[in-house]
Amino acid sequence: MDQGLFSYLLRQGDSCLILGHRLSEWCGHAPQLELDIALANIALDLTGQADAFLGLAAEVEGQGRDADALAFHRDVLDYRNLLLVELPNEDFGLTIARQFLFDAWQVEFYGALARSSDQRVAALAAKGLREATYHERFSGEWLVRLGDGTDESHARAQAAIDELWTYTGEMFECDALVAGLVERGIAPDHRGLKAAWDARVADVLAEATLRRPADGWMQSGGLKGRHGEALGHLLAEMQFLPRAYPGARW
Amino acid sequence: MSQRDWPLYEVFVRARNGMSHRHVGSVHAADPAMAVEMARDVYTRRSEGVSLWVVPSAAIIASDPRDKDVMFETMGDKIYRHPTFYDIPADVKNI
Repeated sequence: MDQGLFSYLLRQGDSCLILGHRLSEWCGHAPQLELDIALANIALDLTGQADAFLGLAAEVEGQGRDADALAFHRDVLDYRNLLLVELPNEDFGLTIARQFLFDAWQVEFYGALARSSDQRVAALAAKGLREATYHERFSGEWLVRLGDGTDESHARAQAAIDELWTYTGEMFECDALVAGLVERGIAPDHRGLKAAWDARVADVLAEATLRRPADGWMQSGGLKGRHGEALGHLLAEMQFLPRAYPGARW
Repeated sequence: MSQRDWPLYEVFVRARNGMSHRHVGSVHAADPAMAVEMARDVYTRRSEGVSLWVVPSAAIIASDPRDKDVMFETMGDKIYRHPTFYDIPADVKNI
């Protein structure tokens, strides 16, 4: 088995799956009916991307598992998502800020991954890029509305950006696993995505009249299976049905 | 859900090139750009269209329902205005 590629696909699939689930928690609770549908659409896009990445991971693994088995029958320590995406939704401001920081990265990431030497990976990235481009437009415009909105929305958006900033470093980590795939032309060097991401984020923060926090110490560990408390609670809810009723279909 | 609603926009979708935009419903949005995105998310999520228009509902000037008799009922007995006296070629799909 190609362990490196398998683990890398898990990272991408898990980040999409967990963020998709977080967004789906807004279903029925968003500030407006139209926003409720918009967030659910993005959640479904991300869940679809997760399905594709995890499906390919299962194929690479070749042990008879499928995307559902990987999504619903792994525990917290086996999850490889970014810490950023597992953070609880808190308020609408934090949800939007988290989404924008991730979307801006995903646009750059998919753009680079679409040039992968592995045709299957390149195809997933090219398909995901169109969705990510719309997501970034949506979350970026909302961040501007909140940041440049009322005193209350500005304060909450700034607090969200400040709180999330230390979770952004993980998106640009290039550990031995990534380095090995970079050598084979399968993955882009994640450090190389930082400058373009910085420019995207700086543009939107400036328009939103939000202050860009200084880069300092960064959180790390999600990609290696070291997660915060929140992920366990999320998985308990997300995995309940297939675990309580194995093989259930509807 | 918010107690103070955003302004209403009417949504028009063109199903494919060559067809006209058709009214499909309405969305609430704080500004025109948001209205386009809301319309995209609410009305085109199942590949319903290739183009969107949104129009502030307040900009629509409607006929008065009380004028119905004067405006429209007088057409009822003018069947010669309907193209029912022509044979339409089988290949013509939209008329």
